[in-house]
Amino acid sequence: MIFTLNGQPATCDAAATARLSDVLRETLGLKGTKVGCDAGDCGACTVLVDGMAQCACLIPAARIEGANIETIESQTPLLTRLRASFLRHGAAQCGICTPGMVMTAADLLNRTPHPTPAQVETALGGVLCRCTGYRKIITAVAAANTAGIEPVFIGNSVGQPIPRLDGAAKVAGDCFGADYAPVGALIVKAIRSPHPHATFVIGNLADFKARAGIAAIFTAPDIPGRNAFGVIPAFADQPAIAASPARFRGECVALVAFEPDADPDISDFPILWTPLPPHTSPAAAEAENAALIHPERPLNCLIEGRVQKGNAAFALAHSAHVATGAITTAFVEHAYIEPEAGAAWMEGDTLVLRACTQAPYMDREDTAAVLGLPPTRVRIIPSAVGGGFGSKLDVSLQPLIGLVTLKTGRPCRMTYSRAESMASTTKRHPAEIHGRIGCDAKGRITGMEFEGRFDTGPYASWGPTVANRVPVHASGPYLTPHITAKARAVHTHGPVSGAFRGFGVPQAAVWQETLYDELAEKAGLDRLEFRLLNALRDGDASATGQVMRSTGIAECLTALRPHWQRALAEAGPHRGVGIASCWYGCGNTGLPNPSTIRIGITRSGQVVLHQGATDIGQGSNTVIPQIAADALGLPLSALNLIGPDTALSPDAGKTSASRQTFVTGRAAHAAGTALRNAILRLANAGQDSRISLQDGMILIENGSIQRKINLSDMPDGTCGYALYAQETYDPPTRPLDANGQGSPYAVYGYGAQMVELLVNPALGTVKLLKITAAHDLGRVINPMLAEGQIEGGIAQGIGMALIEEYIPGRTDNLHDYLIPTFGDVPPIESLLIEVPDPEGPFGAKGLGEHVLIPTAPAILNAISHATGARITRLPALPHRVLEAMQKARP
Amino acid sequence: MPAYARPTDLGDALALRAAGYRVLAGGTDLYPAAGARLAGDILDITALADLDGLDLREGLRIGAATRWTTIAEASLPPALIALQQAARMVGGRQIQNAGTIGGNLCNASPAADGIPPLLVLDAEVELASTTHTRRVSLLDYIKAPRRVDLHPNELLTAIHIPVPALQGKSAFAKLGARRHLVISIAMVAIRLVTVVDRITEAHVAIGACSATPQRLPLVEAALHGATLTDAASRIRSDHLAALSPIDDIRATAEYRRTAAFELLRMALAEGWG
Repeated sequence: MIFTLNGQPATCDAAATARLSDVLRETLGLKGTKVGCDAGDCGACTVLVDGMAQCACLIPAARIEGANIETIESQTPLLTRLRASFLRHGAAQCGICTPGMVMTAADLLNRTPHPTPAQVETALGGVLCRCTGYRKIITAVAAANTAGIEPVFIGNSVGQPIPRLDGAAKVAGDCFGADYAPVGALIVKAIRSPHPHATFVIGNLADFKARAGIAAIFTAPDIPGRNAFGVIPAFADQPAIAASPARFRGECVALVAFEPDADPDISDFPILWTPLPPHTSPAAAEAENAALIHPERPLNCLIEGRVQKGNAAFALAHSAHVATGAITTAFVEHAYIEPEAGAAWMEGDTLVLRACTQAPYMDREDTAAVLGLPPTRVRIIPSAVGGGFGSKLDVSLQPLIGLVTLKTGRPCRMTYSRAESMASTTKRHPAEIHGRIGCDAKGRITGMEFEGRFDTGPYASWGPTVANRVPVHASGPYLTPHITAKARAVHTHGPVSGAFRGFGVPQAAVWQETLYDELAEKAGLDRLEFRLLNALRDGDASATGQVMRSTGIAECLTALRPHWQRALAEAGPHRGVGIASCWYGCGNTGLPNPSTIRIGITRSGQVVLHQGATDIGQGSNTVIPQIAADALGLPLSALNLIGPDTALSPDAGKTSASRQTFVTGRAAHAAGTALRNAILRLANAGQDSRISLQDGMILIENGSIQRKINLSDMPDGTCGYALYAQETYDPPTRPLDANGQGSPYAVYGYGAQMVELLVNPALGTVKLLKITAAHDLGRVINPMLAEGQIEGGIAQGIGMALIEEYIPGRTDNLHDYLIPTFGDVPPIESLLIEVPDPEGPFGAKGLGEHVLIPTAPAILNAISHATGARITRLPALPHRVLEAMQKARP
Repeated sequence: MPAYARPTDLGDALALRAAGYRVLAGGTDLYPAAGARLAGDILDITALADLDGLDLREGLRIGAATRWTTIAEASLPPALIALQQAARMVGGRQIQNAGTIGGNLCNASPAADGIPPLLVLDAEVELASTTHTRRVSLLDYIKAPRRVDLHPNELLTAIHIPVPALQGKSAFAKLGARRHLVISIAMVAIRLVTVVDRITEAHVAIGACSATPQRLPLVEAALHGATLTDAASRIRSDHLAALSPIDDIRATAEYRRTAAFELLRMALAEGWG
């Protein structure tokens, strides 16, 4: 083909009907164009064909003959402006959708240079984003052709809306898991179970292997180590490659490694399946005589967590008002736009894995165990991560590509298809929750009984964490003197349920926050005032008996009050307002979860921050350096970053549990402070001195006194640095006892959100008008990134509330599994509240998961306010809303 | 290696079709179902000038490979508003820039966005082969979900709207669980011809609520003679008895029946002035 590519003449050879996306990426090496679905559902691969935005995955290569193709690699003035605008407005988070967004925006701006927000929404409606909630993208595109003033940041960096430090790569098309391939890498494909539960017999592999292009085949017996991985070592139970029987649809049962140029066709892999009856629900799995998925786990119960304080039954019996209710929620798919992908190769004796992940050191442990290697022989290099939200905490392809490279000695790579990603990786636990909450005549909460059953799928994954975290948070951020809360994780043959933004707490919040509305009504109180009356205050004991401090929920509710009163006044027939709160403990539940940060200064005067907190879009590549720079007393621009890599940066723990800003941030603060102190000691200077770098020297000034440290005179010390500090922080917690009493978290974050919406009374459809979100961050490290977290979390909360339901085998694509689009996220106003926590760096608390928790219950409460309908099953699809409205009619 | 051809001459295309080539237009249905490349010998019809564009000289002829964006942005009589509205709701801009109206009719999903607006236009499809060209009404052409009256050697070349069907004004409404990129739970197309304020002709079609989208003669009869103001109130739910919706992941059958009725009443209630 002869064509024009990004303004230059280009030629290439490719199969006529190969997808243009593949040709661009594989033949021409332009990996900026991303592939999210291969079906035209996500728009990530959007390129311009003769100026028109099209999905490159739907275009046959032959059709580009003579055409003018523009990709994200193009350097035009318009694209430069768009990229700058995306950065300035915080419109890129993980960056996987960004190339498609930018190219689609370029098509729009070529037609309409100064679009309205509504025009942007319509024009970009074909591109999905899972991180941002779209609002900042709308702003960035609408403003791209308006001369913006590049902000200048001086002084302390904490508190400033600094554009993400890794942003330039994101808006240029970052290097994700599928975007790096070692020369000669084998292509790895997995054979997966088409049944939720089935025995299988693998046929004649010798014959299959004899065909051209197959380098190797591996099955369960080829696993050299322990064929069981799991994020919680004591529960590790999931085979990397399953032996018969397969226990869920999508489980890997064999691997085929193809030569790089072969057609990786596995359609007639010799395997004979015999389906067995599956447990399709926790109720079925708990039924009498139900077959056990793991013989050592009676009743198919993985674990039950509980919190028991006081006498809830007695308190409820003596309450003036009691609200009783039950809710059920669905499997929710993470639906990051980047399907799992990565590559493996050997460096000497070391197996190197470069893949998308949220937890490099945990990957190293799990992969090493499966492969029978000491962890020191495995190196994990996280690629840029195109969204994670919890699912990329568990290993996916790491042990698979590790096995292929270890056994063949050759580099390999693997990219999950969209269907594979959706079928084989973890989901949000479906929950069935019921119970009662009581209050006295004045509306003070007296007691709560809570019982939750969570469908955890066939393997443990994060089921134990969900079971433990949910009872701790079941009360919400309200003083609850008597509580009995139990949550159990039950094995089924559904998808593996794991971590998803909030670890079960969002499901519990749907139950508790909708019942609190009922209770407020019974007590005759305004719904916000009821929450404020009961809000945890400093000195109150939580459900686990922890004495609370830096408790910001009352401040969040108070900040919402004027908005609430305005919205109530504007409500009317079918227009409702809802509110819900959240609290969320940051870090592991009563278990250690240390982070370590290293900062060094080289003899040539380079300051190097080993920033090991994996940035999956949430912003730790920016927030952690901001904290470190201010602690050290140098401008942010002085820091050179080395990212997470088990060979280069110490363990900053996993990106989960809203812990990075708090835990790794504290380690960064400690390391920055330690290095500063070391410098001041060397100079014999006081704490209030100012330090700066100049031509390989450190300059220390205090008033008129000036001292210099000549770095080049110093020896290479630890890790090759002239000056060096490494600090570890582990949050002080007290483990939960048998009754769930203890101090499970050192820091909690708080928030409350208010939703205004319209319900169409004839169709049951919901139109969101505005969401106002007040979140207590302790100290706002970066307001732009914080707003990005809030808007993105709300978008996922909207999906969970209204549209998302993963049905195994039926919704393994992005047109049957619906996530919110541009038009589904209303304007969001963020109110950033600061109630500093002495334990957090500069007072900061976590935020990442908090932001999703109140959204769904606030939506349900607003629907109820608008119509009287009580929704008890998520998602609240139009037919369910209509049915509930019909039930609510007198 | 399978063959690929992208002829510019219709005769060449029909010859390849007769030789068993699979037809590729916008690719929005073929590629999602494919692996790394398309199976079989491929006839790419996007370079056939005869198949691209709209021609209003005698009724309206829409080339089968006309893309949704072209339809949405064309200057057309108000009878075509429903089709243009539907064109703006087929996927996102990327899909509208690639997907074709003919592809929508060949894929023939029960939820195909293009079909109800064409049904209210009394559309006919033009089917050509090396030996003959025939015209079939769209209603007869769609035989069952994803099954159409198209012989293996034929190519859908155009859609024809007869002159009388260009009268009046139309509207389209589509209901889904999210704003963009949505497969319909139910959709409605209406074309009304009025004299002063009175409806002299009503054409109503509903999609995604039966095996194939259908016209609703009882509704049309009920609307005949009504004024625009009382049109919505003329419709009773039993006028929609011919629908046979199903339960699926998007909605229940019962809800679809209700939604079709309500969508229809809403669409009748606004925008006809």
